[in-house]
Amino acid sequence: MGLKEKILTKSIYVFHVSSGSCNNCDIELLDCLTPRHDIERFGIVLVGSIKHADAMLCTGSTNRMCVPRIKTLYEQMPKPGFVIAWGACGSSRGVFKDSYNTGTPLDEIVPVDMYIPGCPPKPEAVIDGFVKLIQKINQVKNK
Amino acid sequence: MFPGFLFSGVMGLFVGWIDRKVTARLQWRVGPPWYQNYADVLKLLLYKETLIPQGVSRVVFLGMPVLAMSAASLVSTIILVINGAPQSGFIGGLIVVAYLLLIPSIALMMGAFSSANPLASLGASREMKLMLSYELPFILSLVVPIIKCGYVIKLGDIITYQASAPHVIASASGVLSFIAMLLCIQAKLGFIPFDMPEAETEIMAGAYIEYSGKALGIFKLTKAIMLFIIPVFMITLYFGGIRFEFDGFVRNIFQYVLIIVLMVVIKNTNPRVRIDQAMRFFWRPVTIIAVLGAGLAYLGY
Repeated sequence: MGLKEKILTKSIYVFHVSSGSCNNCDIELLDCLTPRHDIERFGIVLVGSIKHADAMLCTGSTNRMCVPRIKTLYEQMPKPGFVIAWGACGSSRGVFKDSYNTGTPLDEIVPVDMYIPGCPPKPEAVIDGFVKLIQKINQVKNK
Repeated sequence: MFPGFLFSGVMGLFVGWIDRKVTARLQWRVGPPWYQNYADVLKLLLYKETLIPQGVSRVVFLGMPVLAMSAASLVSTIILVINGAPQSGFIGGLIVVAYLLLIPSIALMMGAFSSANPLASLGASREMKLMLSYELPFILSLVVPIIKCGYVIKLGDIITYQASAPHVIASASGVLSFIAMLLCIQAKLGFIPFDMPEAETEIMAGAYIEYSGKALGIFKLTKAIMLFIIPVFMITLYFGGIRFEFDGFVRNIFQYVLIIVLMVVIKNTNPRVRIDQAMRFFWRPVTIIAVLGAGLAYLGY
């Protein structure tokens, strides 16, 4: 585990993309920043601009209008950058699987690095997801 | 290298961590570990890609962070060297410092205007209005130490005068101008309640929105250097500078912590104000306080 992985895993700036979410996942994301869970102690900060971000956190069922926007946002993210699919909708479109409006799941639009399941995921599940993302970053280096 | 860029950068990031930790404790959170700011800046400087938006002037867009950082390191070098050797300064050092402290804001403004983003130009125009509003009371409160120390504008003379006479803060006019100055530097550093140029939740990091990678890292480093050096500047003006013997130095650390904690507490107990409210605030109450301070100092209080 070199210096690069150490630094990248210690400071993950997250940009939140909401692509037609029902707002539950978005509220759970804010829960992670509250005193009880406080993900800032791992260096995870929510930023306002995709150009500052290391990870793109996608909630919602990726409806048709959002697909080109998600692609643009992914291209604008400075690399190395990671994509996290958040919740049942982000991972697999959830109950909107057969809807006329949600043609493509997120992982067919952009490469997804980590799935966090749940509807909505609990903050504990979110922290677990970030731990797995950090492990994944370290494993990529070791190979 | 010692008093210059590297030292003040490292110290500034440490002070930035104190700010984040105190903020977290005030909000009943745990807060980030001590190396957090170093990790953030190193990540941006070493490993992240720097994106340049289409159709912008590369020279202005990438030159402005460098200009901001060189001005900030220059001002920190001047202040620290003069604190070490008061006779080594030059006439009008205070004026040079006051101008150099402006350059990071101007550079941020220029960079934001050049980045071809509507939110960035909104942030830059707010930065400009904020600058116009806090500069008047800032200069007026600088007048008090000048008058108190016998009409000198050489930083070294201000330090040597206060070594034998009572400090500027130990007078009515000194207290008034210290309060005005504290509010002005709150705006200069872009802390809440005066963080409209980079309002995260409102205009998405505002002036910084198009900056990424190394350019953003350099801007963060500039902010860190400013955060480190401005309290030292205030200690120089109001508490008689840094003393390099043991009990004097301990007292300096107490003064430094007092200024930082005051700033962080103001930051955490106030909501963000609108830009017109900020202008009204700086041009009415704060300017009146600063003028009162200057008048009292002229009369000898």
